[in-house]
Amino acid sequence: MSKEEKKINRRDFLFTASYTVGAVGVGAVIWPMIDQMNPDKAQQALATTEVDISSIEPGKSITVLWRGKPIFIKKRTSEEIAEARAVNMDDLPDPQKDEDRVKEGKDEWLVMLGVCTHLGCVPLKDKGDFNGWFCPCHGSHYDVSGRIRKGPAPTNMEIPKFEFVDSNTIKIG
Amino acid sequence: MSEHEYTPKSKAGKWFNDRLPLLTLGAHLTDYPTPKNLNYWWTFGGILTFCLITQIVTGIVLAMHYVAHADLAFASVEHIMRDVNYGWLIRYIHSNGASMFFLAVYIHIFRSLFYGSYKSPREVIWIIGLMIYLLMMAAAFMGYVLPWGQMSFWGATVITNLFSAIPLVGDSITTWLWGAYSVDNPTLNRFFSLHYLIPFLILGLVVLHIWALHVPGNNNPVGIDIKKPSKDTVPFHPYITIKDAFALLVFMIIFAGFVFFTPNVLGHSDNYIPANPLVTPAHIVPEWYLLPFYAILRSVPDKLGGVILMFSAIFILFVLPWLDTSKVRSAVFRPIYRQFFWILVIDVLMLGYVGAMPAEGIYLVLARVGTIYYFLHFIVVMPVVGYLEKTDPIPMSISEPVLTGGAEPSLARKVNDKV
Repeated sequence: MSKEEKKINRRDFLFTASYTVGAVGVGAVIWPMIDQMNPDKAQQALATTEVDISSIEPGKSITVLWRGKPIFIKKRTSEEIAEARAVNMDDLPDPQKDEDRVKEGKDEWLVMLGVCTHLGCVPLKDKGDFNGWFCPCHGSHYDVSGRIRKGPAPTNMEIPKFEFVDSNTIKIG
Repeated sequence: MSEHEYTPKSKAGKWFNDRLPLLTLGAHLTDYPTPKNLNYWWTFGGILTFCLITQIVTGIVLAMHYVAHADLAFASVEHIMRDVNYGWLIRYIHSNGASMFFLAVYIHIFRSLFYGSYKSPREVIWIIGLMIYLLMMAAAFMGYVLPWGQMSFWGATVITNLFSAIPLVGDSITTWLWGAYSVDNPTLNRFFSLHYLIPFLILGLVVLHIWALHVPGNNNPVGIDIKKPSKDTVPFHPYITIKDAFALLVFMIIFAGFVFFTPNVLGHSDNYIPANPLVTPAHIVPEWYLLPFYAILRSVPDKLGGVILMFSAIFILFVLPWLDTSKVRSAVFRPIYRQFFWILVIDVLMLGYVGAMPAEGIYLVLARVGTIYYFLHFIVVMPVVGYLEKTDPIPMSISEPVLTGGAEPSLARKVNDKV
């Protein structure tokens, strides 16, 4: 390797090393500026909500707030459960068994994120063609299991992570 | 602006440049002939641009989390410090950034004073710079009010009460500034609005400042007019950009030192106590960068007189280019002025020191001596020294003292010749 070539290589190395260090530095500055827009600790602290469900009558539902969004909690009658389970999977745009949308042994409790999967409106209860929910924004019909049946929404209403703390209390999140 | 015509190489570039000559501007900024002897005191222009952008970016981010309401402001600042992701970092950069901004601007101003950069033909650059400095002080003051701590509240009370010294309409003006009968929620709201506005006014003035600079070109440590481009100049890029970048890195290390190791050393602990309109802190001090003017204000035993003198201390700088009678720019060739320059530096530092001390005893005496000298320097020393001083011979060109290898320029000409 000639002396001239060696010099050029050394300079290349210095350039690359400088740019690399510079890029790491710039990244280390930019990341906090981006991350500050993510949910802060005060928001993260609201991640779970406990709800007392003892006063809900069969066939009735309540709406609670979790992370700023509505959660529908419905205590279904046995007729409603039977109706939800009698549906043919081929009739569903987003096929999902009713059994997979409730906790085993707690079949009457439907706990679901009350947000239309189309563009985020809150569907109205006991409305629509399928005895479930109806979203007034763009006309999506959901059945008594919260599954999409008709309209522009692509998927069933989401089931959040939740558990029964005891028979009268559920913890969402 | 540019002496030469620039033509983009690509067809698309030419098409665009014919419609909006941004590429011509870029070429001008790249090739801009700069005196080759600029020392590190000249890197503070770039550093100040960095400071302004840092304050704007971190400020916009803080405004996403801050609440401008008297009941919520203090808590929202604590929320930023504790809850927001990296909020502590962003706030500390912003609060220390203000101090770093002033540190840089004071160096920049004293550099101009030493090398005579304010003199013809650069008076307009100087005046725009002073307008930027005034806006900086307004922005810094209002920004300091936003956390709504004790110092915020009482600093705002004291500064707004300065306007009550105006005869006849003083009280009305103060009430108008407050939007209430004391510093209160309406005051905080408008301060937030203006604090957000002013940096963009500064940005506009910075563009004018640089535009005005690019008409005559940079002054330089020798202070002589140079031909551009010539062997006395180098293109701005890469010569000045790399030098500015290096100085900026050193500056950022100091900046980071404050942010990460002593983020509160330049602030006042009383500002971590929520604002209380019923209790004044025992000792009110402004931020360090306003202390010299605060000392001038307190040195006068008369309300209106103190206010007038304090504002005069800034406004006298606007007429500086006409108070200085010397035709030689750089203090390097002005043996008498050079000494007075350093006396002024010490004087201003001393005023800053006594501004932080209680206004009594020896501090009051020092403040008065310092104030008198401050004005004497501009009103008497500058015109008289410029007139009487026998200046050293100045070189014909920047290259000449370098090429001849001696401090004594062999081809020196007398000042009284055409400069």
